[in-house]
Amino acid sequence: MNRRHTLLLLGAAALFAVAQPAASYAQTSGPASGEPIRVGEVNSYTGLPAFTIPYRQGWQLAVEEVNAAGGLLGGRKLEVVSRDDAGKPDDAVRVAQELISNEKVALLAGTYFSHVGLAVADFAARNKVPFVAAEPLTDAITWTKGNRYTFRLRPSTYMQAAMLVEEAAKLPAKRWATVAPNYEYGQSAVSWFKQLLREKRPDVEFVAEQWPVQGKLEAGPTVQALAAAKPDAIFNVTFGADLAKFVREGEGRGLFRNRPVVSLLTGEPEYLEPMKDEAPEGWIVTGYPWEQIDTPEHKAFRDAYQARFKEPPRQGSVVGYATFKAIAAAVAKAGSTDPEKVVDALSGLQVTSPFGPVTFRALDHQATMGAYVGKTTVKDGHGTMKDWRYADGANYLPSDEAVAKLRAE
Amino acid sequence: MSFYFVQFLSGLAAAATLFLVSSGLTIVFGVTRIVNFAHGSFYMLGAYMGWSLIERWGTTPLGFWGGVALASLAVGLLGALMEVGLLRRLYRSPELFQLLATFGVVLVVQDVASAAWGAEDLLGRRAPGLKGSVDILDQPFPLYDLVLIGLGPVVLGLLWLLFNRTRWGTLVRAATQDREMAAALGVDPARLFTGVLFLGSALAGLGGALQVPREAVTLHMDMAIVVEAFVVVVVGGMGSLTGAFVASLLIGQLQAFGILVFPQITLVLVFLFMAVVLVIRPYGLLGRAEDAPPTAASPGPPLVLAAGLGRWAPALLLAVLALVPLVAGDYALIVLTEVVILALVAASLHLLIGLGGLVSFGHAAYFGLGAYGAALMVKHLAAPMPLALAAAPLLAGVGALIAGWFCVRRSGLYFAMLTLAFAQIAWSVVFQWYGVTGGDNGILGVWPPGWASGKAAYYWLTLALAGGALLLLRRAAFAPFGYTLRAGRDSALRAEAVGIDVRRHQWLAFALAGSAAGLAGGLYAFAKGSVFPTLMAVPVSVDALVMVLMGGIQTLSGPVVGAAVFHLLETQAMSLTDWWRLGLGLIIVVLVLAFPKGIAGFARDLWLRRAER
Repeated sequence: MNRRHTLLLLGAAALFAVAQPAASYAQTSGPASGEPIRVGEVNSYTGLPAFTIPYRQGWQLAVEEVNAAGGLLGGRKLEVVSRDDAGKPDDAVRVAQELISNEKVALLAGTYFSHVGLAVADFAARNKVPFVAAEPLTDAITWTKGNRYTFRLRPSTYMQAAMLVEEAAKLPAKRWATVAPNYEYGQSAVSWFKQLLREKRPDVEFVAEQWPVQGKLEAGPTVQALAAAKPDAIFNVTFGADLAKFVREGEGRGLFRNRPVVSLLTGEPEYLEPMKDEAPEGWIVTGYPWEQIDTPEHKAFRDAYQARFKEPPRQGSVVGYATFKAIAAAVAKAGSTDPEKVVDALSGLQVTSPFGPVTFRALDHQATMGAYVGKTTVKDGHGTMKDWRYADGANYLPSDEAVAKLRAE
Repeated sequence: MSFYFVQFLSGLAAAATLFLVSSGLTIVFGVTRIVNFAHGSFYMLGAYMGWSLIERWGTTPLGFWGGVALASLAVGLLGALMEVGLLRRLYRSPELFQLLATFGVVLVVQDVASAAWGAEDLLGRRAPGLKGSVDILDQPFPLYDLVLIGLGPVVLGLLWLLFNRTRWGTLVRAATQDREMAAALGVDPARLFTGVLFLGSALAGLGGALQVPREAVTLHMDMAIVVEAFVVVVVGGMGSLTGAFVASLLIGQLQAFGILVFPQITLVLVFLFMAVVLVIRPYGLLGRAEDAPPTAASPGPPLVLAAGLGRWAPALLLAVLALVPLVAGDYALIVLTEVVILALVAASLHLLIGLGGLVSFGHAAYFGLGAYGAALMVKHLAAPMPLALAAAPLLAGVGALIAGWFCVRRSGLYFAMLTLAFAQIAWSVVFQWYGVTGGDNGILGVWPPGWASGKAAYYWLTLALAGGALLLLRRAAFAPFGYTLRAGRDSALRAEAVGIDVRRHQWLAFALAGSAAGLAGGLYAFAKGSVFPTLMAVPVSVDALVMVLMGGIQTLSGPVVGAAVFHLLETQAMSLTDWWRLGLGLIIVVLVLAFPKGIAGFARDLWLRRAER
């Protein structure tokens, strides 16, 4: 038996691992000088490119702007080391370790999936490194599993559900059916929606629910089963490819005829755009009508983004941009990259995002970034939103006492 | 009543797609015995190519159906190309080695499709003339789905004609029944295989292209379909077209009506169904006993204990590894910790594959059960780490004892798919049982206590425990137990004849492998600080299989080498580029071609040849 070759191979492999200098997606533009401030960024670039690539462009733009404006802390450049997490929490934790040990980053940021975000948040708390979760929607990351080092930018599942409940309560519908992907995000969205809607409208009842596997919706049978319950209205949480299937099959089988649909995230260009002229008409959604928002903050962002990348911004672009603007602001406010000082700076930090002013609440580290609530429509062969308004996240959070209780658990 | 009829029709439409894809898989498997993971990738490519062609010409019925046919043909050619360029070079390798090659192709196709068609989901045109719906018993039903329902039996009929009324079909059937005899009678197997892969891939491509009017084309289509297609093939009986047809119908109906009774069941329904069918019928619904494939390992030269210096190599390796913390940094240490853990996983799987001849597709279940065993102790009982680590192999071992009792009663791919079914059932329990396991948001805060929290300390702990377990597994291989296991692998009949209870030994091996993987899982939980259901999902099982095959199944060092090479390659590639799947896939393909017996197998051959000289 040949052990020596095994040894040689193993040794060579180990050397390869130890000696190989890791390459990085370093962003080193701009006139700033001095030792750069390094931020480690982890996201599911291969797992969910449709969302994460606009997101990456968003943070690239933010970093370039920060550095062009002279950098931070007296001219130090902001530098980002970005890694793919393959959509797996254990890979994300390893990559986070690499960023801290080898790349000497001062902060961590990113993640898309809730479970990946939670794994990195726990890792950040263990290693006492500030972590700004960009995308994950799970309530747990700032509430039941919240920790001192973790902050989250996007409006949580609770907040988005609360925004939609406000509209749903105005509908005459009494019999509701729900369809949601069968995992934590779908389940908590449905349970919040039910609970909050019942508080406002004690007369509603939920007559049917469907829980397709994420990414494997059996559209025909699911649509038929929902229709059989004869609901007055439908609450939808599916997204992505499932959503397109659901819409097609639902239109084909007349599920949406004379039936209002309230739908989470469907107004985001990531999900609306691929459906082109088949985007649903008149659904009440949360989303991002990028071409219609003309506030000065948003116009400046949109123009800069389109000039830089020659394509319209997506929801992910805004998230990436705002996350790194917030990080830059936190480092500037802390006056150093000391983790404890950055965490203190992030608590209660106020920044201006393309959506307007945003506060990272000291109470639970949840940002008050909001979403646009409106109705879907098709214009010039593209799905978009109409009759929308900006729902400021600050107005869609439970009472401070309730949050404090959740965090104490 | 009308509702149930329409629901039935919906189930039929879903079954039609499933049948198209799985019929291709069952034909390929029946003749070539290749477990073709790339079948789902061909389905996805069919959908993407179909999308492109239909966008261009799909406004007329001729353009639409022409586009579908062209996409199917193009994918068929790709399948033939894969056979000629890659698989043909591997027919002399141990069985199952082609699986590794097709896994490389899966990775490559994922990145190529992403580069060619972009990241965003693509919603294609609807079929011209078939856009609307018809009212069936007052319920609207899409016209296109009616066409699909009709297409299933038509394809089945055409395939029947092809196999029963043409010379080529007769040869394929002959080769399905007895490949060697067909070859001895002058049938060129290489040409036959190329044709079969063309046909099988074209069917997958057809299934994909036909989805364009129904759903968005995405980069996740490959994984979504391939496991389900395998389920259909196995439930129907491998190599049986009619079986695949019946199984597709049953699964389509089960899904259509299952969601009415218990909506959450979609997660696990097909696997529950497969487990029940396989427990009742050893060869699926319509498979025949003689269709069962031979076991995974061709015996090859027997394992022998190394003589002289070689005997001390494992101890020497452990000693060298123990010194690494003196020179390596934190990150290198955690990667090495992972390598040691994965080496244990791979070695435990190798105990089944290499020594027992039992290929498991569900080994992640025991790795995951171990991780959860440890994490649950910490979460619910606030147990200290040593206790939690002791619970890991225990829970996994119990799980393996239960699943193994059923699994070892089947052989070949039926065994493999039954292990997969149990793994998926375990996964769905963990995924859904929020109160206890935390569901998909997992369990956080599983960190080692102060004395073991340093990277070096935890590495040494891992090395001691996993290294010890590895030595025990090695000991088992050369103990009478190992010899008995190998006897059962090489000839179950003769082994039974000399009084060995083969099944009992396989069952014990299954439990031993399960608890070893469980220990690895427990160590992994504390290394990561959190556990999630992803630890027991299909990709982890596939990774473990890839490690074993990459290293080579004919040596005990193979899985260890495979785990190290695969994990280091993957972590390095991931931190170097977003195109790591392409890189990893190509490296796997090259390795497969260069070392058709695995890396360690190649090294041993080299060594033996030198020794002869």
